[in-house]
Amino acid sequence: MDYTPLWISVKVAATATVFTFFLGLAAARLVLSLGRWKGAVDGLFSLPMVLPPTVVGFFLLLLFGRNSALGKLLERCGAAVIFTWQGAVIAAAAVAFPIMYRTARGAFEQVDADLIHAARTLGMSEIRIFFRILLPVARPGVMAAVILAFARALGEFGATIMIAGNIPGRTQTMSVAVYTAMQSGDRELAFRWVAVIMLISFVSMFFMNYIVERKGRGGV
Amino acid sequence: MVNLFLWNERNIRKRRSIGKAGSGRVLRIVVLAVVLVFCGCGRTGGGSQEAVELTVLAAASLTDVCDEIGERYEAEHENVRLQFSFGSSGALQTQIEEGVPADVFLSAAMKQMEALDEKGLMDSDSVAELLENRIVLVVPADSDMDLSSFEEIVTDKVRIIGLGEPESVPVGQYAEEVFTSLGQWDAVKAKANYGSDVRTVLSWVETGNVDCGVVYATDAYSTEGVRIVAEAPVGSCQRVVYPVGVVKESIHAKEAAAFVEYLQTEEILALFESYGFTGVNSER
Repeated sequence: MDYTPLWISVKVAATATVFTFFLGLAAARLVLSLGRWKGAVDGLFSLPMVLPPTVVGFFLLLLFGRNSALGKLLERCGAAVIFTWQGAVIAAAAVAFPIMYRTARGAFEQVDADLIHAARTLGMSEIRIFFRILLPVARPGVMAAVILAFARALGEFGATIMIAGNIPGRTQTMSVAVYTAMQSGDRELAFRWVAVIMLISFVSMFFMNYIVERKGRGGV
Repeated sequence: MVNLFLWNERNIRKRRSIGKAGSGRVLRIVVLAVVLVFCGCGRTGGGSQEAVELTVLAAASLTDVCDEIGERYEAEHENVRLQFSFGSSGALQTQIEEGVPADVFLSAAMKQMEALDEKGLMDSDSVAELLENRIVLVVPADSDMDLSSFEEIVTDKVRIIGLGEPESVPVGQYAEEVFTSLGQWDAVKAKANYGSDVRTVLSWVETGNVDCGVVYATDAYSTEGVRIVAEAPVGSCQRVVYPVGVVKESIHAKEAAAFVEYLQTEEILALFESYGFTGVNSER
């Protein structure tokens, strides 16, 4: 069994998680501070979660393909996105983003408002409040968000095959390997990859529950 | 812990300005990271190698045979590296339409190839019919049913038959054509169980959940679990053709054309045949 899809998947999912972590937190914080446009912005940010991944992939292909301005610009810079593992990162980040964002936002909303108010009356700047109070207090929830986002990025298929293709040894992730194995009739190989994916996802979820429960008991 | 959704509403005005400042810093970090990943590692893939890299977009049903062809071709042509990307023919068509860097397209149906050719996205002279797949009737490998032709499906031997959904699954449409030309479609319909794709139908037959099924010859060849008992009568349905062609935008058109020619040699057609395909005569 060729294990490259495993390494590619882990590399792609880990990189995508780093990006979604920052973007998701920024988006969550931004939406909290919005007034009237909150619903609209929230809807926009959540869109990749409800759209079929192949549609997300199609949009990304439109955006980064050679026919678009951005695609042309990237090509001139020598930064390849289409049919590269970086493209897979974009696809995975796009679908994992709403999960990171929503879970982090939920965690922020659970933070006791009095803590924030107290900090404000003591003259703490908003940036410091975010990093010193909001983030530390919401940490279990944020950690859960990271793990969920990672698991989602790991399982990404539809958008990935569209933008990164299915090149064995280069952009073929585990989920894509399952599809390819099924299509070529190699069911045994498909089941093996399914087992690997299930194992990693299960461990991730178990880990998440462990973190959330332990922090919960601490009585934040 | 008190759940207070209100704290953000209470200070809307104040936080609106500051919220942006807080996320601005984070955004800058992200932008920096993006630049590092994409510009830093973007070049490592291509670059120093002398060999020409051909990207071949191939229908997913060709995965196994393409792996073997790739090994052979690279062994014989040291200056060329083949990079296959597999997907459904429709998805591959979309990718070519959106200008992905591809050199050769191997489609599982004429429809996608013709659509691209009409839009001027293929090098028309290079487009050729490469392979043909056959429509076959299969039964479970251990079945002792005495079935030897499509016509016998209406007899009492068969209680239930697996077919692709005629509306959406190509192999289902072909099956409908075959039975319609035999004048038996209405009788067969009464016994049919429709699968969402050809692999589903194949699984049903393998596991004995249907008495028989109509699939492609290549599917039947891919598993030990089924046995071919009949081929669709000649002329009873449209031919199932796999075309090949060079993508117009290819930056290695010469090497791509050479590879397309190689695919049509006797040696490679024999290889395709070992996977259940039939070679199309190059005279066509």
